Amino acid sequence: MILFGSSFLVYNLAAYASDPLAELRLSTDDGARQQIISLTRSLNLDTPPPIRYFLWLRGVLGIFVGNLNLGMTREASTVQEELAYAIPVTVRLVLVATITAVLFGLALGIISALRQYSRFDYGMTFLAFLLYSLPIFWVAVLLKEFMAIQFNNFLSEPNIPIRWMVIFSIFTGIFWSSLFGGERKRFWSVFGGAFATSFVILWAIDLTDWYLTPGLGPILIGFLAVGIAFGVTAISTGLSNAAAKKAALTMAGLAVVWYYPAQWIFNNVASYFTIFILISLIVLSGLGLSRLYSKIDRGPIARTAIITGILSGFLILVDRIMQSWDDYRATDAVNGRPVPTYGQRKDQLVTEDFWLNNLDIIMHLILPTLALILISLAGWIRFTRGALLEVLNQDYIRTARAKGLNERVVVTRHAFRNMMLPLSSLFVGEFVGLVGGAVITERVFGWQGMGTLGIKAINSYDLNLLMGVNLLLSILVIFGNLLADLVYSALDPRIRLGK
Amino acid sequence: MKLFGRKEQATGEILAGGENAIANKEVEGLSQGQIVRRRFFHHRAAVIALVTLASLILFVMTSLDSKIGPIRIPGWWKWTVEDIPELRYEDCPGGTTGCPTLSLKPGSSFGLGTHPFGQDDIGRDYFALVMNGARRSLMIMFVIGAVAGFIGVVVGSISGFYGKKVDAVLMRLVDFIQTVPTIIIAAVIGKAAGKVGPLYLALFLGILGWTGLARLVRAQFLQLREMEFVDAARVAGASNLRIAFKHILPNAVGQIIVSVTLIMAGAILTETALSYLGFGVVAPDVSLGLLISQYESSFTTRPWLFWWPGFFIISIALCVNFIGDGLRDAFDPRQRRRITKKDREQAKLQVKAGE
Repeated sequence: MILFGSSFLVYNLAAYASDPLAELRLSTDDGARQQIISLTRSLNLDTPPPIRYFLWLRGVLGIFVGNLNLGMTREASTVQEELAYAIPVTVRLVLVATITAVLFGLALGIISALRQYSRFDYGMTFLAFLLYSLPIFWVAVLLKEFMAIQFNNFLSEPNIPIRWMVIFSIFTGIFWSSLFGGERKRFWSVFGGAFATSFVILWAIDLTDWYLTPGLGPILIGFLAVGIAFGVTAISTGLSNAAAKKAALTMAGLAVVWYYPAQWIFNNVASYFTIFILISLIVLSGLGLSRLYSKIDRGPIARTAIITGILSGFLILVDRIMQSWDDYRATDAVNGRPVPTYGQRKDQLVTEDFWLNNLDIIMHLILPTLALILISLAGWIRFTRGALLEVLNQDYIRTARAKGLNERVVVTRHAFRNMMLPLSSLFVGEFVGLVGGAVITERVFGWQGMGTLGIKAINSYDLNLLMGVNLLLSILVIFGNLLADLVYSALDPRIRLGK
Repeated sequence: MKLFGRKEQATGEILAGGENAIANKEVEGLSQGQIVRRRFFHHRAAVIALVTLASLILFVMTSLDSKIGPIRIPGWWKWTVEDIPELRYEDCPGGTTGCPTLSLKPGSSFGLGTHPFGQDDIGRDYFALVMNGARRSLMIMFVIGAVAGFIGVVVGSISGFYGKKVDAVLMRLVDFIQTVPTIIIAAVIGKAAGKVGPLYLALFLGILGWTGLARLVRAQFLQLREMEFVDAARVAGASNLRIAFKHILPNAVGQIIVSVTLIMAGAILTETALSYLGFGVVAPDVSLGLLISQYESSFTTRPWLFWWPGFFIISIALCVNFIGDGLRDAFDPRQRRRITKKDREQAKLQVKAGE
């Protein structure tokens, strides 16, 4: 019903506000007159807009009898075709951006709330406000300049100047030390540690020309996997749970053992299906490990092992994609400038190689997603922080603490789950909102998605195309709201609809 | 915009009883307005933002000639948008033209020079262009804030106050407007409005932007009209209008002001984004978004054409956001002054002294 009203309004507004024939009328050419006649016929321009709307609506309602007709564009292709091409492009962009932004936003917001009024918290607040005030197109242009053009220049002559190493290391130092907080002595020791670590890493990267032939290798993956095992155990079950710790460490060991077989698999039978199979294997072995190490309370142990396994597996995957980097740079289509500023795929890149294709998609995704992430991150940080602070002030948290539960359990079990309630409904809304925000990003980065289609429609007064985009966005908003309500009522036992 | 508000309020709530006493002592014997003002001026970031924004507006508004009806107030800047002075070639990097003369290095070149922000392609003074654009953007921002604020408050309060059928109808209207994708419809109108001028664009964006505020005001009204003081007013024989204006609205005003500032911060970004896409303010008119879009491609060679408009957009939006944050904290009745370590020590000392 609402959809009907809003599409009626938009249709008529757009129809009256624009004259698709204006340009042709100005021309005195004979061909132009021909074109006017043919366009008028194919787009029914001689019927007044309110009536034409119902003609259009009939086509739309055809979806119920399996015969959807959204009309023709000016270039005489059907609107469905154009949309079918554009939707996956936009969805890919927005989905990746939303998920990444949520992960980072949640992490930063939670830390910010747990360390309320610390230096980190103030830093995050300021960062959120700054990001919130940035115009997305401005950010996008900056990213293009500094992350793509200058980075590509840098790659042709790779050498990190010592000055940048120092500056970057200082920033990492400030980040970590503000994160850990504490008295002056601790602040400086953390700062020194982080500074030295990042400086050494950068130096090593510079010496080995790591960014030309990146890769992690089994040894580095081993260290990282053990680190992940400890980290995941600490958050998921606490380090005092010996069985979980053992299971996670075994999983990390398995990851290293599997490194070379995995290479063989990736090189010979690479597909999304293979990756799916490998993930299932990880899940199965996680379950197996939990049976092996414990007789009771296997759930959390299996969970810890599986998360560790998936993260370590992800490292191996990243490593494999990194190995294609050199080949990718060397291909003709890329020609040594691997960070693209334009388009969603390299059309010239014709290859059967699974990894090259994926790397190409990833490289094209990086900048636009980064722009979208930067913009939406601010909201997530603020909202997560607010939600967690509110939950932490509830009585049941105080009860949980009074029972003597340790802080980890209080935060992960009692606070985190309740905090996710308002956030879960927000997720849907944000996703829908970002589709709108993607319009500008697509334009800056030359993606052929929904936004570009909409702009094209407006610029060429292509009413059917515009309505197609508009209809899709409206449906998205309505279903998004519905989904948000449903999710909320499903998660929150206090809300019962239809009572 | 929706992200902020509501959930933020919990900050610093529920403190132990003794600490509450400290916080309450701060506001003893003060009127609501005094408390709000006091809290706001204690919010350092917000005060800095307010001062910055005020001086920015003053700076932008007085720099160029302005017309109020027939009266012409001359600006203090020597160039206008129409002037086309000669392009500067000397000491520009890499054979570019019209580079900025602003120099902060101490020495002979220190100072503003003739064209502190540089010149555009045909030699127009970029400072004048940016000032003009900032002025446009500020105007649009305030118009959107005013229009959206007005409609939002009226619709929200009617809906919340009368409830039932009126509420149902008005809320469907809100749903309805929310499903219209703002950027698309604004682009359609902007394309048509390019001919009639930025004021209409601003009015129209205002007409689209009030839905969030209306929901907020409605929720406030629904909650407040069940309060005892409203019943008391009704028993005392107050009319509906009096109850709405004198009893309910003052209680909701905090949320409204906060929400309007956030609408304004969003508005300046929307306007610049639309102008950037070519659907908002169009040439020969000047706006900050338009300037960025025009000189986007010359970023590598003449970055100053890109930095300055962006700088003004960000500073305005940042200031408005911080002011909104300060206001939210100030109006929030649950927000108490942060209990510092010093307060705690003092409280302990007092307790000890009491023993």
